[in-house]
Amino acid sequence: MEHIRTTKVEQVKLLDRFSTSNKSLTGTLYLTATHLLFIESSQRETWILHHHIAAVEKLPLTTSGCPLVIQCKNFRIVHFVVPRERDCHDIYNSLLQLSRTAQYDELYAFSYNPKQNSSEQVKGWQLIDLAEEYKRMGVPNANWQLSDANRDYKICETYPKELYVPRTASKPIIVGSSKFRSKGRFPVLSYYHKDKEAAICRCSQPLSGFSARCLEDEHMLQAISKANPSNRFMYVMDTRPKLNAMANRAAGKGYENEDNYSNIRFQFVGIENIHVMRSSLQKLLEVSGTKGLSVNDFLSGLENSGWLRHIKAVLDAAVFLVKAIAVESASVLVHCSDGWDRTSQVCSLGALLLDSYYRTIKGFMVLIEKDWISFGHKFSDRCCQLDGDPKEISPVFTQFLESVWNLTEQFPQGFEYNEAFLLQIHEHVHSCQFGNFLGNCQKEREELKFKEKTYSLWPFLLQEQKKYQNPLYNPDFSPELTLLEPNTVSFNFKFWRNMYHQFDRSMHPRQSVLDLIMNMSEQNKQMEKDIKELEAKIKRKNSQSDAVLVKEPLQSAPPAPMALKTSPCFKKEQPLMPVNDSVRTIEGSNTADNRYSEFMEEFSKAEPAVVSLEYGMARMTC
Amino acid sequence: MEFAELIKTPRVDNVVLHRPFYPAVEGTLCLTGHHLILSSRRQDDAEELWLLHSNIDSIEKRFVGSLGTIIIKCKDLRIIQLDIPGMEECLNIASSIEALSTLDSVTLMYPFFYRPMFEVVEDGWRSFLPEQEFELLSSVTDEWRLSCINKEFSVCPSYPPVVIVPKSIDDEALRKVAMFRHGSRFPVLSYYHKKNGMVMMRSSQPLTGTNGRRCKEDEKLINATLRAGKRGYIIDTRSLNVAQQARAKGGGFEQEAHYPQWRRIHKSIERFNILQESLIKLVEACNDQSHNMDRWLSKLEASNWLTHIKEILTAACLAAQCIDREGASVLVHGTEGTDSTLQVTSLAQIILDPRCRTIRGFESLVVREWLQAGHPFQQRCAQSAYSNSKQKWEAPVFLLFLDCVWQILRQFPCSFEFSEHFLIMLFEHTYASQFGTFLGNNENERSKLKLQQKTMSLWSWVNRPQELSKYKNPLFEANSLVIWPSVAPQSLQLWEGVFLRWNRSSKFLDEAYEEMVTLIEYNKQLKAKVNALRRKLAELETDDRMQENL
Repeated sequence: MEHIRTTKVEQVKLLDRFSTSNKSLTGTLYLTATHLLFIESSQRETWILHHHIAAVEKLPLTTSGCPLVIQCKNFRIVHFVVPRERDCHDIYNSLLQLSRTAQYDELYAFSYNPKQNSSEQVKGWQLIDLAEEYKRMGVPNANWQLSDANRDYKICETYPKELYVPRTASKPIIVGSSKFRSKGRFPVLSYYHKDKEAAICRCSQPLSGFSARCLEDEHMLQAISKANPSNRFMYVMDTRPKLNAMANRAAGKGYENEDNYSNIRFQFVGIENIHVMRSSLQKLLEVSGTKGLSVNDFLSGLENSGWLRHIKAVLDAAVFLVKAIAVESASVLVHCSDGWDRTSQVCSLGALLLDSYYRTIKGFMVLIEKDWISFGHKFSDRCCQLDGDPKEISPVFTQFLESVWNLTEQFPQGFEYNEAFLLQIHEHVHSCQFGNFLGNCQKEREELKFKEKTYSLWPFLLQEQKKYQNPLYNPDFSPELTLLEPNTVSFNFKFWRNMYHQFDRSMHPRQSVLDLIMNMSEQNKQMEKDIKELEAKIKRKNSQSDAVLVKEPLQSAPPAPMALKTSPCFKKEQPLMPVNDSVRTIEGSNTADNRYSEFMEEFSKAEPAVVSLEYGMARMTC
Repeated sequence: MEFAELIKTPRVDNVVLHRPFYPAVEGTLCLTGHHLILSSRRQDDAEELWLLHSNIDSIEKRFVGSLGTIIIKCKDLRIIQLDIPGMEECLNIASSIEALSTLDSVTLMYPFFYRPMFEVVEDGWRSFLPEQEFELLSSVTDEWRLSCINKEFSVCPSYPPVVIVPKSIDDEALRKVAMFRHGSRFPVLSYYHKKNGMVMMRSSQPLTGTNGRRCKEDEKLINATLRAGKRGYIIDTRSLNVAQQARAKGGGFEQEAHYPQWRRIHKSIERFNILQESLIKLVEACNDQSHNMDRWLSKLEASNWLTHIKEILTAACLAAQCIDREGASVLVHGTEGTDSTLQVTSLAQIILDPRCRTIRGFESLVVREWLQAGHPFQQRCAQSAYSNSKQKWEAPVFLLFLDCVWQILRQFPCSFEFSEHFLIMLFEHTYASQFGTFLGNNENERSKLKLQQKTMSLWSWVNRPQELSKYKNPLFEANSLVIWPSVAPQSLQLWEGVFLRWNRSSKFLDEAYEEMVTLIEYNKQLKAKVNALRRKLAELETDDRMQENL
């Protein structure tokens, strides 16, 4: 790689991010074409994918060397001290280059080779089939049909080709409506609720300005409301704060005038825009990254960042949507400005609350493919996959995952997947290791032939789905309530420590109940099998010995040579089942880890400090 | 009994009870000397509410026409509402409740009237005796002795009759030391760390005053716990500033010049009304569901509750660190040595000593470090978060301790034999109980009240197997290590089991917990079954071989 000048630096120190007494570990830093690798003297490895690097910063030279701070998109922050400034400078420059990719084909996904043959690759991409998904929802049907209007991405570049619209929406209506909508994103079906015959539809803002109207668009909305036989009234949810929507009118955009559309109820729900969200996360990270943070600084920082307020706003919007459908059987049309950020959040969360399928592992993948990937959430821009406009970066998808996490906390039995699944997806939205999240829309993905050149993430997650299963999941969880009704009282929203401090091990519980229960649940399955085998064996034995009594002379060789060797379940005799002991051992039980010892420098002897950085990044990369 | 005089209307029909997350219940309300009872008359699922008057923190009454409403706020933080038809009845009930929930005399409290309906297997009053504790200690060291100097509570009114002190210090010296310490609370042994023989002692502040009074015996006493050439640490739970100010009132701290082998560390743990206000603010914030996010977070912050948790945990970790990591002995004290001192010494033991993480061990810790050590439970727990009266002595000191234990439990969910429910149960009983355990302010008062003879001990009830099983942690696996909790603000959480308990439905969380318990139980069953089958198979195979050999 032309960007790499120095591939190896020795005697590099990795500082503990939160220690005020500058505790550190020494090791060797390696720079590869795809990763930055730090190997401690104890051989523990820290892998950092170049694409995960959000920012590299070289701090002023100190007596011990040149500090290099790397912030990652998965919220890992590492602080190295490189002995020679020259080396630090080289690494800094290389990382700057390597973390800023100009073209898609330079991304890791194009060099990543998971040793699959091409038919496996194709099969992997076919795992999630959205046509299947719409069939599962119950469309096409008497009221909804597949439209080929966008077959060549002619009407809307950022929509998928297959779109479902009301049967009564003719092509001229679609075309007319799309011309009246920002970026041509006209109202289409996002989710169809079979029982209520109500639909979640999505679009972008109308180009209404102060007074413009569009008959086709009005017809389009009417078609949607007519496609719902149970309730002629439909809701139009503008997910923006009212003020923002009004300001848009001056630019010839805006929101629906209730007088022009028949049978609509218009509602603002007040989710802030991508810029507010970006700076909110920035503030949150500043607070959570502070050394020696006091409780009050943390809480007031959390408040000032507004982050949890935004998460609550997103969930509140989804709850509003769900009530309209579940209680009033009314269809809902959701939009924001362009209909690819807030709209994706609200539509997907709404569907997740309404339909337990999306609370399964496979269903969640489908949901992301449908409401986020296919409907053109701009993953490339929002996650800064290519070196681009920093103003386009925004944690919109992270907020979606966080909202889901909040729901899993309230309904511990309602989801087939666990927190690790959400974290892993977040990891790969930024890793650029798989093709799913690359690019901004389907058209772009097709043109760049991602499906031929890269791999899909989902089969890999399914393969290791044991790791992502919630051991407490109950598929029949409240059967009368396939509908989840979350309580969005403020105190139910918590700081997601496992996301924002994923790599700061010292902050987490030292024993994980989830891991323990997961192991136990696995163990139970294995033992059930073992018991069957054992019982079969004993039965055989018994019938054999009965047989022996009758025709003893006929028996030749004894069945099994020695006891206990034949059955696979006896391989590990003691303990009966291998329990993952590491779960129960106490990691990092070290005072140095826990932030109360700092002022006692004078007796901080060389303790074997336990580092908070480990694997994480490299989990899916090899 | 004179209770009858306080009850003008003992019974009202058609009273409606409202509680959050439950349907309203209509029934008959009865008042007895110690209980408020509401029983529904419906045959299908007869529901009864029994509320101890002593659990009532405050009441409010309202009238709409002739329908009266009484809102009862309890010390366990629950709020219930009773709709009572008839203005007179309502007024009578309200005034009776008010009178009965604020009885002056301890001997009128329910524990003196409670007749247990269970068989006492083990008398809890005799379950945790200092003599037993000393016996355990004697098996590992002979440097300590049991002193009966306080037999008649004559030396220190808030200490138990027997205390553990260094062997080399005689009772005469102790008497002199007692004169030099606030409330006569001379340094006594709190904890012996078997791993390295280091100890933790606790006391009250020394009475140095402004002119730097010293006491040779005091110096000798605490020096007796040091190994040759080793230094010790004095953890003063007050800030340096507060400690200095205490000198003006005759108190003070150990001067370096007189205690050269000790290094003093000041931590600042808040006291009394500051803690009580913190609790009141926290509960207020938790009880208002209408708060938007910003308001909720700022209210939570303004309560300072989690700040107190962090301060207390930090001090406890520091004490534990001195003992385990630095191999030094520690003396902990604040002013009186009955509040923050006990928070620190007891939490340090939970961190250091696996025994304290068992149910039995934790009970023993509560008895030793809180009851016998003279934490004034009766004063501190007289009122809870809804009290209107500004009294001086209430403070959620013990609740803060329980909350800190909960924080550690959350971080080490497999290292404790007991579950969260055990801690909540203790919280409830410190504020209102049918048992005598938490009555009185110290052993002296308890002995005068003859609690052992006249009331039942909480431990007699809790330690019966059928009761105990409710409090067991299904995840428990004994862990002999020292457990260091994280005190980063990101690691501390609001104790929802106490503070949000009545403010949200925990149905889904409870069901998930049940599922977890089922899974663990099932795991045990399967293990047993696999083992049994394996044995059976082995037997069969041995039989085979024997047959072959025939």
